[in-house]
Amino acid sequence: MNNFTNLTIKTAREKLDKKEFSSVELTKYYLEQIKKHNDRLNAFITITEHEALTMAEKADEKIHNGESTPLLGIPLALKDIYVTKGIKTTAASKVLENYVGHYDGTVVKKLKDAGVVILGKTNLDAWAHGSSGENSDFGPTKNPYNTDYVPGGSSSGSPTAVAADMALAASGTDTGGSIRLPASFCNVVGLKPTYGRVSRYGVIAMASSLDSIGHFTKTVEDNALYLQASAGGDPMDATTPPVAVPDYSEKLDHGVKGLKIGVPKEYFIEGLDPKVRELTEKALSWYQSQGAKLVEVSLPHTKYAIEVYYIIQTAEVSSNLARYTGVRYGDERSVFGDEAKRRIMLGTYVLSAGYYDAFYKKAMQVRTLLIKDVKDAFEKVDVMITPASPTLPWKLGEKTTDPLSMYLSDIFTVHANLVGIPGLSVPIGFVDGLPVGMQILGPHFKEDLLYQVGNAFEKEHPFWMERPVL
Amino acid sequence: MSKYIPIIGLEVHVELKTKSKMFCGCSADYFGKEPNTHTCPVCLGLPGALPIPNKQAIEWCIKIALALGCEINLFSKFDRKNYFYHDLPKGYQISQYDLPFGTKGSIVLSNGKTIGITRVHMEEDTGKLSHHETNGVKTSLVDFNRSGVPLVEIVTEPDFHDAKDVVEYLQMLRSIVRYLDVSNADMEKGDMRLEPNISLSTDPTKLPNYKVEVKNINSFRFVDKAIAYEIKRHEEILERGETPIQETRGWNENKNATFSQRVKEEANDYRYFPEPDIPPIRHTQEAIDELKKTLPELQTEKIARFTKEYSLPAIKAEILTREKSRADEFENAVKLGQEKGISPEQIANMIINRPDDLEIHVNNTIHVEALLQRVELENKREEISEEELKLVIQKVIADNPKAVEDYKSGKESVIMFLVGQCMRAIGRKVDANIVKQSLIKALT
Repeated sequence: MNNFTNLTIKTAREKLDKKEFSSVELTKYYLEQIKKHNDRLNAFITITEHEALTMAEKADEKIHNGESTPLLGIPLALKDIYVTKGIKTTAASKVLENYVGHYDGTVVKKLKDAGVVILGKTNLDAWAHGSSGENSDFGPTKNPYNTDYVPGGSSSGSPTAVAADMALAASGTDTGGSIRLPASFCNVVGLKPTYGRVSRYGVIAMASSLDSIGHFTKTVEDNALYLQASAGGDPMDATTPPVAVPDYSEKLDHGVKGLKIGVPKEYFIEGLDPKVRELTEKALSWYQSQGAKLVEVSLPHTKYAIEVYYIIQTAEVSSNLARYTGVRYGDERSVFGDEAKRRIMLGTYVLSAGYYDAFYKKAMQVRTLLIKDVKDAFEKVDVMITPASPTLPWKLGEKTTDPLSMYLSDIFTVHANLVGIPGLSVPIGFVDGLPVGMQILGPHFKEDLLYQVGNAFEKEHPFWMERPVL
Repeated sequence: MSKYIPIIGLEVHVELKTKSKMFCGCSADYFGKEPNTHTCPVCLGLPGALPIPNKQAIEWCIKIALALGCEINLFSKFDRKNYFYHDLPKGYQISQYDLPFGTKGSIVLSNGKTIGITRVHMEEDTGKLSHHETNGVKTSLVDFNRSGVPLVEIVTEPDFHDAKDVVEYLQMLRSIVRYLDVSNADMEKGDMRLEPNISLSTDPTKLPNYKVEVKNINSFRFVDKAIAYEIKRHEEILERGETPIQETRGWNENKNATFSQRVKEEANDYRYFPEPDIPPIRHTQEAIDELKKTLPELQTEKIARFTKEYSLPAIKAEILTREKSRADEFENAVKLGQEKGISPEQIANMIINRPDDLEIHVNNTIHVEALLQRVELENKREEISEEELKLVIQKVIADNPKAVEDYKSGKESVIMFLVGQCMRAIGRKVDANIVKQSLIKALT
């Protein structure tokens, strides 16, 4: 059998076209990997072996007929919050344990049209509530680099699957950091696109004004290909503006010379793990050595971001989860896990008469200030770079009894969701065998610029090739 | 006269007749359709589905607001109204809270009273529950065909003091939405749902400290009755020195009475917040001005013009303008009739007084040519003296013994033959009806 470990979407596509292997062979390899590792890692909730092989056969037929589109025949996994027609869609909650999707959402449709192979549905913190993956009603996912540690969440299964070679790439969602944080914990590339860049239609809503639909890949280049297939305005999602989709691969090799990279001082604070800080600063120095200019910027309202986020997000959660009643879905609402209950109660409270002005309205006002902070910063710099997480991955169980410390792990990521800007998490090394990532933030709809900056670093520092030993 | 003054406000829901629903592409024409056949992930509230607002519905809502003299919010938005009910699949209704499309309008009744319009806003309808008992087992079923059908809610100030004014307001409102061609306003099909809120006061300048809402009434007559019933009920309670309970009541048409549905201790907490799935809606003043220009002449304006321009009595103008199409037919006939020297009033009379004339009224439309011919004919009729007619009839009876015999033996259709003989003998255009009546008299 071929050694597929260092395959990327890009190289797999070339080899598929050259008939070095077929999509069916590739798919079988990943299904094999899933069977081998899933018991330990718990990355997948549902494995769609039969559907995957059918899709792979179709892809091979197309390849045979000379078709060569960027994702044709590529085996992927979907966070189990993407509604899939005829396939279980659980959101990792017991409430939807046996729920089978009635339709394919826009991204799933686009991916199917692009000829991908869907291997299965990956684990997550139930309803995407969490930063570690431990809130899944179907058990936590383990970090493939050290199974005593969390892979990060809420998209826990997708980056784990990519890192552990159980899929070539995978989709996730990012409402407060749920792609960028686990990407950094699992040594993969993760993009949270601009709000509205990728349609939310057919992805179970967590917090509608914050949810972004993005992807995990091994490399920056792969991520650009994945976004290319999923981005764009959607008549089924009123929050996707008709902004033209650029060629995301075009600027990959443009380098960083002359770029102004902002370093927000509020992100390099006490509480930031010194080793994470060190690696981030090392990456920043490298950029400087390549001719980029480092500029200190300030996002003065950063300290309010978590509070604002936990008001707006819980308010929207409380409303979005209202539809999951026993009459429609078969279980009493007491079946919701503790975290969902906590958020439903918080959100209901902040929207209640008499509290709305003090909480929700105030939070929306501060959100406007946060938007202004970022706007001001991007008048001075092209992108900003921060750590993706203030800490290294933590041990399973370490924070489960302390929701507040769990909430604080999103401190560097929620800002982008509140403002709607894109953020790319790129691996920058390891500390004690645990992966660390940096976050590159850019102005609205400038994903191509993030890829340009990320790719420059990755080409010189291919950390993605350091595969976990399983 | 009672010492109490009724204080009445109204909430009216009008269902629009758009092709598709408010937030999805499903057909909004749900009435009488097989349950749950006009549905999709959006109006079923399935996981992951998102609403797309219907532009036509928004435009029509704004047209209603403009016709009611409202100010239009150039910056508007949708909000979520969170509450639980089995006919509400998302657990919230998409509605409008603090920035409705229209606010601060008014409407003037025929007696000169002005009724303030508080707001005109857009929302979505719910599904429909039905309760059954099969083999002794009680079941409740939900039909989501109606879920997401566009609804416009029109709220008045508590400016009514009389049920008759309420009914007139409702008739005017129904006429407006029909003139705008945005709703069928068919009461039988629930296109208009009426909710009066009623209280009694001894001081007309002060609102009482309670209010009773009667929900979901589907006929003007029932509104009239419900208000009368409530006024009497409140009076009795107040006379005992008590205050009626603040509550929501329903109307039982079999018992001709209202009944308590839900006691409101305090206002419901719907936890409104801006609908994050739909960006705010912005309109320019120019676009609103343009829309305003497209508003048709409404019934009240037409009545005023008809009485002035065509010297019609108000009552006739009112009848002719109840349906916009009828008013248009009338004006068309007036225009064509002018050349033939036919007066508008003659045309009005012909339309109003001959509702059973099947040559003029064809399939609920006016056959204008037939109508004008008829008027012309009647105008041309010449007089005939009773004496002359009597002589002619005697002669025709004598000359046609067979026909007379047939008629007498029951063959009534023969009469028209005899009328024709008379007309020929007279040799002038006289009223055939008069001839016929006289003939019949002579033959019996």
